[in-house]
Amino acid sequence: MCLGVPGKVVAIDGLSATVDFFGVKRELRLDIVDEPVLVGDYVLNHVGFAIRRIPPGEAEETLALFDELLHGTRSPDDLMAADVRGEIAAGREKD
Amino acid sequence: MPAPDQSRELKFRDPARARALAEALRRTLDAVGRELTVMHVCGSHEQAIARFGLRTLIPQGLRLLMGPGCPVCVTDAPEVDLALSLAREGVHLCTYGDMLRLPGTSRSLSDAKAEGARVEVVYSVSQALELAERRPDEDVCFFASGFETTAVATAAAALGTPPKNFSVLSVHKYVPAAMEVVAAARERRIDGYLAAGHAAIITGFALFEPFAKRTKSPVAVAGFEPLDILAALLKVTELVRDQRPEVANVYPRCVTREGNGPAQRALWQVFLARGGRWRGLGEVPGGNLELTPAFAHLDARRRFGLPTSAGREEGREAEATGCLCGPIMLGLASPSDCPLFGKTCLPESPVGACMVSSEGQCRIWHTYGGPPDLREVG
Amino acid sequence: MGTSRSPPERIALKDGAGGRAMRRLIEEAFLPLASEVEGVGLSALDDGAALRVGDRFLVLTTDSHVVLPAFFPGGDIGRLAVCGTVNDLAVMGATEPLGLTLAVILEEGFPRADLLRIVDSIRTAAGEAGAPVVTGDTKVMGKGQLDGIVLNTAGVGLCDRVVTDSGLRPGDVLLLTGTVGDHGMAVMACRHDLRLEGDLASDVAPVNGLIREALRAGGEDVVAMKDPTRGGVAGVLNELAKKGGVGIVVDEPALPVRDEVRAAAELVGIDPLLVANEGKAVLGVRARAAERVLAALRAHPLGARAARVGRAVAERPGTVILDTGFGRRILAEPEGELLPRIC
Repeated sequence: MCLGVPGKVVAIDGLSATVDFFGVKRELRLDIVDEPVLVGDYVLNHVGFAIRRIPPGEAEETLALFDELLHGTRSPDDLMAADVRGEIAAGREKD
Repeated sequence: MPAPDQSRELKFRDPARARALAEALRRTLDAVGRELTVMHVCGSHEQAIARFGLRTLIPQGLRLLMGPGCPVCVTDAPEVDLALSLAREGVHLCTYGDMLRLPGTSRSLSDAKAEGARVEVVYSVSQALELAERRPDEDVCFFASGFETTAVATAAAALGTPPKNFSVLSVHKYVPAAMEVVAAARERRIDGYLAAGHAAIITGFALFEPFAKRTKSPVAVAGFEPLDILAALLKVTELVRDQRPEVANVYPRCVTREGNGPAQRALWQVFLARGGRWRGLGEVPGGNLELTPAFAHLDARRRFGLPTSAGREEGREAEATGCLCGPIMLGLASPSDCPLFGKTCLPESPVGACMVSSEGQCRIWHTYGGPPDLREVG
Repeated sequence: MGTSRSPPERIALKDGAGGRAMRRLIEEAFLPLASEVEGVGLSALDDGAALRVGDRFLVLTTDSHVVLPAFFPGGDIGRLAVCGTVNDLAVMGATEPLGLTLAVILEEGFPRADLLRIVDSIRTAAGEAGAPVVTGDTKVMGKGQLDGIVLNTAGVGLCDRVVTDSGLRPGDVLLLTGTVGDHGMAVMACRHDLRLEGDLASDVAPVNGLIREALRAGGEDVVAMKDPTRGGVAGVLNELAKKGGVGIVVDEPALPVRDEVRAAAELVGIDPLLVANEGKAVLGVRARAAERVLAALRAHPLGARAARVGRAVAERPGTVILDTGFGRRILAEPEGELLPRIC
C-alpha cells in the first residue's frame, strides 16, 4: 500500500496546492500535512492529499546516508571497500 | 539530459549505487554467517522489488518475503458484500480502483457495475465528496479501503463537514496490528522487518520499538525507490549481525520518530481500531478501523442498517479449495508453493484475494514472474 | 471467481481488453472458424490476413472502435479508426492502402455536430495515409442501446512480401518507432478523471509511410512487425516471443518515454508498457540491418525517437524479460482493463 509520489508545489490556493510531478501537474489537498507548505517546497502525494513536506536538501542528505551505510560496513578487506568507493565515484561522474 | 528537478529522483535509481549497496549487503550477510529471512509488509514494496528485479540483485542467502501488506487482499468477502448490498439498493458507490475487482462471497463491484449498479472509480475521496455535492438527491457512499495512510485522507474528508447525502463504508485496516499476528506465527522466524515508509510518515517509527524489542527482530523503515529498499535491507542485516533488535529509520527524508501529528489526531478522532477478520489471516486484534461514535452520522453501516455480523463461511471455503493466501500473507508460503498458482488461480480467474489485487503477492509474482533465475539469460 | 478454468457464462469487459482474457476468448470462440488459405489466414491471428492473388498478396484487416470518450486529447474515434486499420495493414507489409470501408453505428440523440467533427478527422487521417474511404454503411440504434458511436473500418492493400509476427530468431534486434504509452495514458487520464494537467495527448497517427521507409532500408531483414495497440508494447512483445519461439530481453533504460507519460504513469501506478499506442510499431530486424533501419526510421518525422529496445534470445522461448538496469524480471502481457491504483 501507499503509492506516494513526490512533486514540487508551484501554486497554493488555501488548502489546495498545484503540484508538479515532473511532467504532469495535479491539485493536492493540504489538509493533513503537518508543516506549512510554500511554493517551491516538495511534497509527497497519496490519493490526492499531501502527506509530507519533504525538506529541501533531502536528496543530498539521503545519498549521504546511503554512502555512510556503505562505508560503515566494516570490511576486513580494504581493497574491496576501495572497489565499492570506486563504483560510487564512477556513478557520481556520470551525474 | 534530465532537468535538474528530475535528476534528484533519478539519483535514487542510480544503478551504480544499487550495485554498491548489493555488494555491501553480500559482505554483511557473509559476516552473519547464515541465511536470513526478512519480511516487508507493504504491497508497494513488493511492487518496487518485483518491478526493478531486485531479487535478482540481492544475495541468494537473503530471503525477502512479503507479509500481509496488501489492503485489498485482506479485505474480507463479507465486507465487499456490504458494499454490493448498497449498490443493489441504488446507492451511488465510489471506490478506489484496486477494490473494483475484489470478489465478495460470489460477486465483485465490477460485476455489479456491469449489471448496471452505480459504481464509480475515484482517485481521491475528494472526488466522492464533489459527486455528493453535485447530486444532492442521491445517496453517495465512499467505500473506504486501504491502510492507515489512506484512512487519513478519509478522516480529512469526514472532518470537513461533508454534505448530508455523503456516507462512508469503512473497511480500512491497521498494519501494525497485523505485524503482531505475523510475529506470533512461530512456524518461521522472521529475522528482520522492513516497515512501510509511507504508513510511517503518518504513525512515526517509535511505535515499532516495543515490537522490535519483544520479537528480538530489528525493523528498518524503508522508502520505495530501489536504493531506499537496498539501503534498508543493508541496515537491517547489519542490525541482525550486531544482534541489535532496534528500529532504524532509513527513510529520514519522509519519516520522523513521532510522525505526522495533525494526521494522527485526525485519524484517531474519526476512527478507532477494533478487532476484526482479515481475509486469509483470520482475527486481527485491533486490525480494523471503524468510525467513532462522533462520526456515526457518516457511517453507512448505521445509515443503511447493514448487518453487523458477517458470514464466516468464505474463509472455510477458501481453505477447502487449497488456496494458500493465508499462509502466503503470513510469509509461511510463497505463491509458487500454492498448487493453484498459475494453474487454476490466475488474474482473470482468481481463487484467492492475493491474485486479485495489483498489490497482492500472487498477482505481482504472476505478473513479474516471481524470482526466476534470470541472471544467465541473454 | 471459481475454482475451475471453464469459461464463465457471460462475456466480461476484460474479454475485449487486448490481454490474456481476450486471447482466450478468440482462441476458444472464434478460432474454430479458421480454414486453410493460401497465405496468412485466421489461424495465424496476425494483425490482418494476407491472401495470395497471382504473384502478390492482398492484405486485409478490420477493426471496430468503441473508445470512450469519443474525443480525447490528440484525436478522436474517427482518427483512431483510420489509423488503426492503416497501421494494421502496414505492419503486415501493405504500406499503400487501396481503400478503407467505414461502417458507422450511431446512438439516437448523438449530436450531429460531433458526427461531422469525427468525419472531418477521418478525412484528415485518410489524407495523411493516402487511404481513400471507398464505401460504408450507416445504422442508428435507439437511445441507450449503444454508447454514442461505434465505428468499424476495414482496409485492403497489396504487397509482394508479407511480414508476419512469427519471424523472430535468436540474435534479431527489436526496434520501437517512438515513445511508449502516449495514447493509453492520455485516454486513462481522461476516462478516470485523474485531474492531471500536462501535455498528455494521444499519439494516434498513420505509420504506413514510416514503415515503408523501414522496409525500403531493411528489405527482407525486417522479419516481424506489430503495432502495439490494446495490450501495449508488453502484449506485442509477448506475442512476438511466443509466435517466434524465442525469448526477448528488453533494455528498459533504452525505452523512449515522454516525461509527461512517465510522470502520469508513476502517479497512478501503471506501467506505460502495458497501455495502448496508436501511432507506433515494433519491428523485429536481423542484427546486420538494425542500424540501417533505425536510421531510416529516425529520418522520418514520426520516427524521430525510434530506438533499439531489445533482442531475441534462444533461452526462455515465449518469455519476455525486462532488464531494468538493477535486476531482471518478467514482462508479462497485461490482464484485463488497467485501473489506476492507490497502493
